[in-house]
Amino acid sequence: MFGSQNFLTSKLESAIGWARKYSIFQYPFVTACCGMEYMATACSHYDVDRFGAGFPRFSPRQADVLFVVGTISHKMAPVLKKIYDQMTEPKWVVAFGVCTCTGGFYDNYATLMGIDTIIPVDVYIPGCPPRPENVLDGLIKLQDRIQAQHDGKPIPRPDPSERAFTV
Amino acid sequence: MLAAHAWRGDETVTVRPESLLEAARLLKEDPEFQMNFLMDLSAVDYQAFGKTLQGQGAHANTGIAIRQPMNVPTDEPWPGPATTARFEVVYHFFSLPLKRRIRLKVPVEESKPEVDSLVPLWAAANWFEREVWDMYGIRFRGHPDLKRILMYPEFEGHPLRKDYPVNKRQPLIGPVN
Repeated sequence: MFGSQNFLTSKLESAIGWARKYSIFQYPFVTACCGMEYMATACSHYDVDRFGAGFPRFSPRQADVLFVVGTISHKMAPVLKKIYDQMTEPKWVVAFGVCTCTGGFYDNYATLMGIDTIIPVDVYIPGCPPRPENVLDGLIKLQDRIQAQHDGKPIPRPDPSERAFTV
Repeated sequence: MLAAHAWRGDETVTVRPESLLEAARLLKEDPEFQMNFLMDLSAVDYQAFGKTLQGQGAHANTGIAIRQPMNVPTDEPWPGPATTARFEVVYHFFSLPLKRRIRLKVPVEESKPEVDSLVPLWAAANWFEREVWDMYGIRFRGHPDLKRILMYPEFEGHPLRKDYPVNKRQPLIGPVN
């Protein structure tokens, strides 16, 4: 313990990471049918509060995880970007459902082909819509990322340029 | 009047664009019709109508969406559009006192996509006509506020026209850029 200051500080940093990952204040940006599955996840049967993320804040200034739930159109994109910019650091983004991940089955004049074309995304939860188990799995992955950031071993964000399709 | 039919029980009348206002006012005010309810106002783009698909995926490359006609046997074939004009604006009216419906169609040429507005007669036409302008690029003469209703003002083109490229992407707007 003596002579290894790094040991103490890294333990404190890990403890902060532990506290942070189990007290996620989420901002649900719900635009479409995925919202039903989001509600199912949030309610008592699946109970997202078991993972410390049961407290949605409807102000981006009080939230640290942005849940983008549902199709984002070109008209909605500036709004989403503004919400993201209003959130304070540290902040994370979860793309909930294929529409937010890639545009999903939409390939038309109105739909944004994935929110990672405008904001960085930490966790992608595919599915149309994803089942609550899938959502909880994504949430646990996000918690791992948060912990890893505080342990000094951050997991890099998925690179949107490595996508297998064009936008 | 250009044509009339009652295909599958839907009474349909096609009139010339110049007599649209007159016909609409007659439908609304004549005691025989009393069409006081404008139920729907939309448009059709016949650019790909009757054409057959050439090669695989032609619609994505040419930008004109052509669907293979379905060969469904029918005793009563659809009469088809009354003229060769590219667009048709379609009005659906309902008479609340008489419980009758009628469909009014107006051919619109591609070279001059403009018809008279029905907002002075039915206030409901206001947003419908804005939608038709937004999606098909048909202007309505005398409309009080003819601007896009669904797409944003910076949007270029009219997406429900058949020659709008299926895979065209528009530049993002607002604080995104």
